[in-house]
Amino acid sequence: MSAKNKKFVYGIFDDDQVVLNAIPALKSKGLKVKDVISPFPIHGLDEVLGLERTRISIACFLFGMTGCGLALLMTSYMNIFDWPMDIGGKPSFAFYKNLPAFIPVTFESTVLCAAHGMVITFLLRSKLLPGVEPHVIHPRMSDDQFVMAVQINDDSEIANVESQLRAAGAIETKK
Amino acid sequence: MHKESELRPPLILGDKTWHDITEDVCRPVESKANKWWWLAFSVSLAAFIWWVIAVSYTVGTGLGVWGLNKTVGWAWDITNFVWWVGIGHAGTLISAILLLFRQKWRLSINRSAEAMTIFAVICAASFIVSHMGRPWVAYWPLPLPNQFGSLWVNFNSPLVWDVFAISTYFSVSLAFWYTGLIPDFAVIRDRANTKWRKRIYTILSFGWIGSAKNWQRFEEVSLVLAGLSTPLVLSVHSVVSMDFATSIVPGWHTTIFPPYFVAGAIFSGFAMVQTLLIIVRKVLTLEDYITIYHIDMMNRVILITGSIVGVAYITEFFIAWYSGVEYEQYAFINRATGPYWWAYWSMMTCNVITPQLFWSKKLRESVFATFIISIFVNVGMWFERFVIIVTSLHRDYLPSSWTMYSPTWVEAGIFIGSIGLFFTCFLIFVRVFPVIAMSELKTIVKSSTEGAKKKQAATAKQETH
Repeated sequence: MSAKNKKFVYGIFDDDQVVLNAIPALKSKGLKVKDVISPFPIHGLDEVLGLERTRISIACFLFGMTGCGLALLMTSYMNIFDWPMDIGGKPSFAFYKNLPAFIPVTFESTVLCAAHGMVITFLLRSKLLPGVEPHVIHPRMSDDQFVMAVQINDDSEIANVESQLRAAGAIETKK
Repeated sequence: MHKESELRPPLILGDKTWHDITEDVCRPVESKANKWWWLAFSVSLAAFIWWVIAVSYTVGTGLGVWGLNKTVGWAWDITNFVWWVGIGHAGTLISAILLLFRQKWRLSINRSAEAMTIFAVICAASFIVSHMGRPWVAYWPLPLPNQFGSLWVNFNSPLVWDVFAISTYFSVSLAFWYTGLIPDFAVIRDRANTKWRKRIYTILSFGWIGSAKNWQRFEEVSLVLAGLSTPLVLSVHSVVSMDFATSIVPGWHTTIFPPYFVAGAIFSGFAMVQTLLIIVRKVLTLEDYITIYHIDMMNRVILITGSIVGVAYITEFFIAWYSGVEYEQYAFINRATGPYWWAYWSMMTCNVITPQLFWSKKLRESVFATFIISIFVNVGMWFERFVIIVTSLHRDYLPSSWTMYSPTWVEAGIFIGSIGLFFTCFLIFVRVFPVIAMSELKTIVKSSTEGAKKKQAATAKQETH
């Protein structure tokens, strides 16, 4: 989407269902429909656009495992190996005996790392950071309009793509 | 497309379009505040200033300015802490648990309920820091090397679990809330017609445009965060209850505490959501989005959790008698008939009797009755924590140490002030942030608005003829 040397023609639509139905039809006519920008998630769009399933939940699981492992290392090192204490007749002499008492901290650390790891991955992977200038194609694309991006190789295709988009239900087209 | 039976009440009244939602939700952000907002804001800010004075006085002089004594070492501070954390729980319940259960009615209220969570946890944390007496060593409960002060923290201690639970809960709730806000900030950014508004919301919206891949990841992140937040929110109040339950104080040493505290937290949290939203829907004219149906649904949650809390109170009493431990038995008899009987019976009236009124559909659907009962529940839940903490401590094993507790103006100042802090934050929130999750709400426009329902019913009628 953001690659500068690629050229796009944008079709503006006003209904999600029209967009969803138009994509397979346009694709079968040879148009390269690359993306749809919408004000809310459209279910079924991933399949018609041919997007792969996101792996962010796998990343989240790995972050969670990391958090869990770090917490177990931390509790065992600090309370069992480095400086074991006997408080209230409840000594910290063996990791497996103290493990039940370490579960709350381990659980919280797992959730902490999983959640923040996933959110940070999401922001970085989607290039969402404070200061990023958005590529606003249509001022109402976050309100109630849907923008379909069709990739073209050179300017001679514009007229054809525009008429195809209009035929598919676009209310407006943009270069 | 998602289909919904026309028999279900509409979640959005009127024949709203996507653009109407944008207009209605952005209006408070884009217009000037009216005099009612300024009045409420001034009162909250004044209370907050009292909070600043009272906390500064406590930190500067020492905890002796509070009404605590050797027997009652925890009182209003921890009462308020538990009360505020509990209130926060409803926000996570609405945004996470109701998302997992696919309850669409959460969409109109999740944003403000999550905001309430964040502000309530900030208020709760302020009591933790101020009750330490020496807040400049507040980093001691963190697992830092010994050169920083004390020994390693004791991971067997519920107070350390609490540090981890509350900080995880706060930061994860904040991340969840902000992730949901990004697309809505982008809406305000794209509509902005002044330079500064454009600039601020460009920064806040992180460059969001809503491409297909963005939305795909966004939905996955929301779902997984909901899955993580659900056990997290249950763990937080369980851990808070273990601050008491793992001790040997009669009245605290109870295995029922974790589920009892979680139910109480959701109960009080929903009451606070009702109190806030009944005002918000009126002041911001959002009655079409936060409908009587939403209020009814929340009242049902109050009814069920209130009943759980009531059963827990009675179970505690039964177990105290059944245990045969006279200290435990005395603790409970003292609660109901001792010098703090009035606190106990306020709690019983507000938490056990008032929510039972919601068996009546008429009362569940009455805005006025809901508002009054929600206030009762808030008061009752505050008394519950007071009863658990103060009446258990003031008379335990050693009768020679028995004493009474009463707060000073400083504690009262911090408590009233924390309510001021909460409302100051919330009032700023309603003017700066979109109070309804627009982009999520737009997904149900075609199936759940009043207009869509009528159209559906009309086509169904045509088909049968």
